[in-house]
Amino acid sequence: MTEYNFAYLDEQTKRMIRRAILKGLAIPGYQVPFASREMPMPYGWGTGGVQVSAAVLIPDDTFKVIDQGADDTTNAVSIRRFFEKTAGVAVTEATRQATVIQTRHRIPEEALTENQILVYQVPIPEPLRFLEPSEVETRKMHSLEEYGLMHVKLYEDISKHGAIATAYAYPVKVEGRYVMDPSPIPKFDNPKLEMAAIQIFGAGREQRIYALPPYTQVVSLDFDDYPFEASKADHACDVCGAEDSYLDELIVDDKGGRLFMCSDTDFCSSRRREGHVGAQGIPYGEDAA
Amino acid sequence: MYVAVKGGERAIDNAHAWLAEERRGDTAVAELSVAQIREQLKLAVNRVMAEGSLYDADLAALAIKQSRGDLIEAIFLIRAYRTTLPRFGASVPVATDDMACDRRVSATFKDAPGGQVLGPTFDYTHRLLDFKLAAEGKAPQAPEARAETASTPHIMSFLDREGLVQQEDASDATPPDLTREPLELPADRALRLQSLTRGDEGFVLGMAYSTQRGYARNHAFVAELRIGTVPVEMEIPELGFAIEIGDIEVTECETVNQFKGSKTEPPQFTRGYGLVFGMSERKAISMALVDRALRWKELGEDNVGAPAQDEEFVLYHADNIQATGFLEHIKLPHYVDFQSELELIRKLRREAMPTQEAAE
Repeated sequence: MTEYNFAYLDEQTKRMIRRAILKGLAIPGYQVPFASREMPMPYGWGTGGVQVSAAVLIPDDTFKVIDQGADDTTNAVSIRRFFEKTAGVAVTEATRQATVIQTRHRIPEEALTENQILVYQVPIPEPLRFLEPSEVETRKMHSLEEYGLMHVKLYEDISKHGAIATAYAYPVKVEGRYVMDPSPIPKFDNPKLEMAAIQIFGAGREQRIYALPPYTQVVSLDFDDYPFEASKADHACDVCGAEDSYLDELIVDDKGGRLFMCSDTDFCSSRRREGHVGAQGIPYGEDAA
Repeated sequence: MYVAVKGGERAIDNAHAWLAEERRGDTAVAELSVAQIREQLKLAVNRVMAEGSLYDADLAALAIKQSRGDLIEAIFLIRAYRTTLPRFGASVPVATDDMACDRRVSATFKDAPGGQVLGPTFDYTHRLLDFKLAAEGKAPQAPEARAETASTPHIMSFLDREGLVQQEDASDATPPDLTREPLELPADRALRLQSLTRGDEGFVLGMAYSTQRGYARNHAFVAELRIGTVPVEMEIPELGFAIEIGDIEVTECETVNQFKGSKTEPPQFTRGYGLVFGMSERKAISMALVDRALRWKELGEDNVGAPAQDEEFVLYHADNIQATGFLEHIKLPHYVDFQSELELIRKLRREAMPTQEAAE
């Protein structure tokens, strides 16, 4: 590896990103503008997360990448390979062994520890964006703590649908101050946002970084009479039998046959290794994979 | 019995191998060389250099070959390469007054010092397919004449002398750098022009066209459009003076626009400005029109709510690399989000249906 600097970005750029990360950690939930670089993968495909990972990785790290909870999704494979090539770090699929985990759309099922960093890929960092398209306006709303519009939107949902009609990227309030977009994780994952690990959110195209230090208070927005509810499919995993994990729904035949399985592939295979078998699963070691 | 789907890594490798084979096409046909692209698809090369923000015709030609002629993909390759390059410093501003013009036209004056030169233009060609090009032919030769030695001052400078054109404030301030600092609004004119010159040609054209059709109309005359080469000079600290480090070809467009005057400004003409790498005439004119539309605030004009007047709208959406990346990311897996929507809509329907039935 002589062609590129460790983890691709030059040291000056990494310093600039680290400054943004530190500022983000100092003001939890606040979106810090940073001079996002053009990366060799497209905007919208994880360039923010990749830049954050590049800035926090050290040679001793063990790196894991998941997309939709799975290590084997194509874009996760692509990002993992990028860092294998440019940083030469060890990689793993085991949540427990990883020191840095880059994710898109999920938080691992297994609780993370103080020795881990979770890096999120963020498409639209601004929780108020679809209520107010102008960045100039939304930044003003954050600085004035003017979140009335968001509460009106949630209220309108209830009056129209009888429930808050947001299933993912469900807005949260951080330490009673900033309203934050947790990235498009399903709201099932929202309670996990209060965790022991450092969480850093990178939005490359939108040039924003924000962060949650360990054990930060993160409250999903709701009303007293319509409390937040973390929901998932009302099934158990058909492969490993887990009843408490977030499930993907698969169409398995042309008669509308459905199958549910854990979206977190490491969680599912670990359970199978331990001997758990779901309704349609095969005992561990007896399948071709 | 269900076995989980795996194989992302192998799928990627095979897809890329297939792509490489497709890129080469039929091997009975000679392979295209980078030099051929550079010489014979020059306007494509120019666009890739302009929107890639990197003046290197060979790299642009290579990117076009690699991208199979998808110019936005080629621009992306150049941008990704460009960010890895170290910065040695900045040039002194190029003096377009001293341009060696291949083309110079004015729509406002029939003649002016330096004359009008059509240059190698598509203008006035009849757009009839030339089947002779399908057959391999001899290299065409154009008649030649001695180059004009007279200087070619900017046509705007003649109007300037009469005080009819609004004056630009001279500034020695270092302009902000879009590629090194996050875009923050409001943007000054230097930053807007920087964004427009690397902006998507189609987007900038569409914005410019909308101003012509009445969305913030400000009728523009092309005071001057010039294409040619200019020397690039750089101050070398050890030497204490600027030396020439090369030539670049650029297209420059200055428009003169109607203006009646406002509370703060006397009646005068105003200007729009476009400057683009290479021979990129459509882009330079478009850029000048959009530049002019975005200047409503400093000229004390009304904001009529037109898209081309909204700097946030224009600057945030002009970059085709940002746009195409985000647009195309929706083909990535979204199982998790879709699943959560699926659960929600099933739940809402369960709750809504009994009410409907009761109402019926």
